Amino acid sequence: MNEKFDAIVVGAGPGGTAAALTMARAGLSVVLLERGEFPGAKNIFGGVLYRKQVEELVPEFWKERNFPMERNIIEQRIWMMSKESMVTFGHRNEAYKDPFNCFTGLRVKFDQWFANKAVEAGALPIYQTVALDVIREGNRVVGVKTDRDDGDLYADVVVIADGVNSLLGKALGVHREWKTDEVSLAVKEIIALPSEKIQDRFQVEGNEGVTIEFMGETSLGMAGMGFLYTNKETISLGVGVMVDHLRDKRMKPYQILESVKQHPMIRKLIQGGETLEYSGHLIPEGGYYSVPPLSGDGWCLVGDAAQLVNFVHREGTNLAMSSGRLAGEAIIAAKTKEDFSASSLRMYDESVKASFIMKDLQKYKGMHQLLKEEDPELLFSRLPRALNDAAYNMFLVDGIPKAEKQKYAVRRVKEAAGGMINLLKLGYKGWRSMNG
Amino acid sequence: MLHIVVCIKQVPDSREIRIDPVTNTLIRQGVPSIVNFYDLHGLEEALRIKDELGACVTVVTMGPPPAEKSLKECISLGADRAVLVTDRKFAGADTLATSYVLAKTLEKVAEEFGAIDMVFCGKQTLDGDTGQVGPGIACRLDLEQLTYVGKVIHVDPEKRRVRVERKLEDGIEVVETSFPVLITALKELNKVRRAPMPGMIRAARFKPTVWTTNDFPDIEISKIGLKGSPTIVSKTWVPEVRKVNGEKIAGVAPEQIAEQLMEKLWGSELAQKLGWA
Ligand SMILES: Cc1cc2nc3c(=O)[nH]c(=O)nc-3n(C[C@H](O)[C@@H](O)[C@H](O)COP(=O)(O)OP(=O)(O)OC[C@H]3O[C@@H](n4cnc5c(N)ncnc54)[C@H](O)[C@@H]3O)c2cc1C
Ligand SMILES: Cc1cc2nc3c(=O)[nH]c(=O)nc-3n(C[C@H](O)[C@H](O)[C@H](O)COP(=O)(O)OP(=O)(O)OC[C@H]3O[C@@H](n4cnc5c(N)ncnc54)[C@H](O)[C@@H]3O)c2cc1C
Repeated sequence: MNEKFDAIVVGAGPGGTAAALTMARAGLSVVLLERGEFPGAKNIFGGVLYRKQVEELVPEFWKERNFPMERNIIEQRIWMMSKESMVTFGHRNEAYKDPFNCFTGLRVKFDQWFANKAVEAGALPIYQTVALDVIREGNRVVGVKTDRDDGDLYADVVVIADGVNSLLGKALGVHREWKTDEVSLAVKEIIALPSEKIQDRFQVEGNEGVTIEFMGETSLGMAGMGFLYTNKETISLGVGVMVDHLRDKRMKPYQILESVKQHPMIRKLIQGGETLEYSGHLIPEGGYYSVPPLSGDGWCLVGDAAQLVNFVHREGTNLAMSSGRLAGEAIIAAKTKEDFSASSLRMYDESVKASFIMKDLQKYKGMHQLLKEEDPELLFSRLPRALNDAAYNMFLVDGIPKAEKQKYAVRRVKEAAGGMINLLKLGYKGWRSMNG
Repeated sequence: MLHIVVCIKQVPDSREIRIDPVTNTLIRQGVPSIVNFYDLHGLEEALRIKDELGACVTVVTMGPPPAEKSLKECISLGADRAVLVTDRKFAGADTLATSYVLAKTLEKVAEEFGAIDMVFCGKQTLDGDTGQVGPGIACRLDLEQLTYVGKVIHVDPEKRRVRVERKLEDGIEVVETSFPVLITALKELNKVRRAPMPGMIRAARFKPTVWTTNDFPDIEISKIGLKGSPTIVSKTWVPEVRKVNGEKIAGVAPEQIAEQLMEKLWGSELAQKLGWA
């Protein structure tokens, strides 16, 4: 039998690495298991990382010379799209430069950099190895089965951080296959553009960058969201759509991305760029009610594997990192008592509940239900179109008095919603879903 | 116990290499490094001998510090010991300087860890491609030399002899010789194993022995690195892709496609040139 460790972390994404780093620093013996050739090798995400939660684990990381940042985000834009138009909203601020708030990154580089911090702190990297199952003794999890010869590993605690498809979470039986309304399928392209072009097109200097989230008719009548982020010399462009709706419409996500690329506002931003990479991935979007229990006898669940994603604010990596850190801290405390039972590890659940993670998920807890129940045509096509029509009319100088234009605008939106009562109801539901 | 040394080189993963169209040089940046795969076959053979007869396997590489990663991979597979020979002064070496330093390294390995019975090298590397380093080492150390080996038939530790199949252009040669011997490995030699978990754990903790020029008191500085390398790369270029008038034959049934293909071939110049038509 192989030696026994204090902890085995399955998955070297932001969540798993944060847990491994936290525990290794406290002197625990930790194995960091990852199926990829190296951490990040096959991982994808949209592209925005948050300073605060990285800093909590790696103080002053941005001062490192080789820190893998693409661009420091100084402006975030939100676009409500109709077929050939958009209503925009956004915020740019020089204050986001020092210290910066968030930045774009590429997982291939970031995950590797981050995992190396855990390895430097003493975690044992075991890569190119797939965890197949948990090993149990009675109700207790005591280790992990892997796909290597002589591959069973034993530890006091197993931290399950294997992402949205969480094989081990299922093996453990704490969560089931996600329902098709609890996940979105996202596809993304990385498009090469010279740095000067990016600077010109997005009105930024040096390594400043911009993010754009867009929604509306671009998701072709399904619940979904698109994103366009600036990297050093590439653009990340993607869309995510609720799997339920994709199935109903018999659509493939790349068809949506292809149509998005034809939208005049997007087309002009990516013009002349060569697509370097294409990838797809699930995003957990079940929210508050989909979060399974986070710990038990000898195990903790972190990050995407526990549905800890705030999709309204496209925050996932930071929730994964914070949950990983909190799991690590709970295990360190458990280690001092040599008690790794469910009641000892409950400290992890409690601290996640007390943190921004659960508070944010709670705030938006109605959102998933709203998106599931409401007609996606209404939310993602008719209302954005009405809004765009109203705006078009407001800004059009055609001799019609402004008061009439205002009436038209209100009527247009009201009609789209199916009457005043429905609009008010929807408004109320929307408000509730975001302030649960 | 037998002492087997395996020489490995860390090379850029050729599956991921691209060529800079402007400078015509290899874009090495961002390309992951791997162990030259012929060398892995050499290591595998050494490990098979170890499994069967018992042996101590030492892995050696000359390269930059990140080559440590490749040595760890060899440890995970089952090598006992690894030596990294690294120094800026070794940089820029051609095959002459490389085999000089490696020969010196093997002398030192023998001195510190015991006399060497067998050395495995790859047939050639994926990046330099010359296939000269193995023979270069053998010459310098006066080792028996068995190149292009596709099969190790028998190792006799008592009589200190080895019998192998060499794969040559015009056939297969079965030869036998005595230790100390240097073998260069073909990929037919064996199937490389996957590291077991205990090997992975050992590798994750492993630190190789590191030797710099300071560890070789009698090394001649004029024979190492760029200075010791008479080779001059005068020009490199990418062969131009010649456009051929290809044609795609579409169809569902393979028989139908084959029929169409044959029809086209019969009617072509090629058939005439070959004297078919
Ligand atoms: C484009 C290009 C052209 C080059 N042209 C020449 C040239 O014409 N002449 C020339 O002399 N050099 C040349 N070099 C340099 C040469 O590749 C050196 O890197 C070095 O001499 C190794 O030779 P090789 O890679 O051909 O090894 P090979 O002789 O093909 O390697 C055979 C085996 O020797 C062992 N081995 C080789 N290198 C090492 C090492 N560093 N550490 C441990 N074991 C090792 C391995 O087992 C390997 O499988 C060139 C390099 C490049 C990139
Ligand atoms: C298209 C898209 C855009 C996104 N955009 C953003 C964004 O802009 N900002 C943001 O903060 N978040 C974003 N997210 C969400 C974010 O990527 C995730 O929330 C975050 O990566 C979760 O981290 P994690 O460590 O829990 O899981 P993951 O990052 O999924 O890591 C899991 C790791 O476990 C490994 N693994 C899986 N199974 C096994 C196994 N059986 N054995 C061994 N290893 C295994 C995987 O290889 C992987 O390395 C986006 C997601 C997607 C899909």
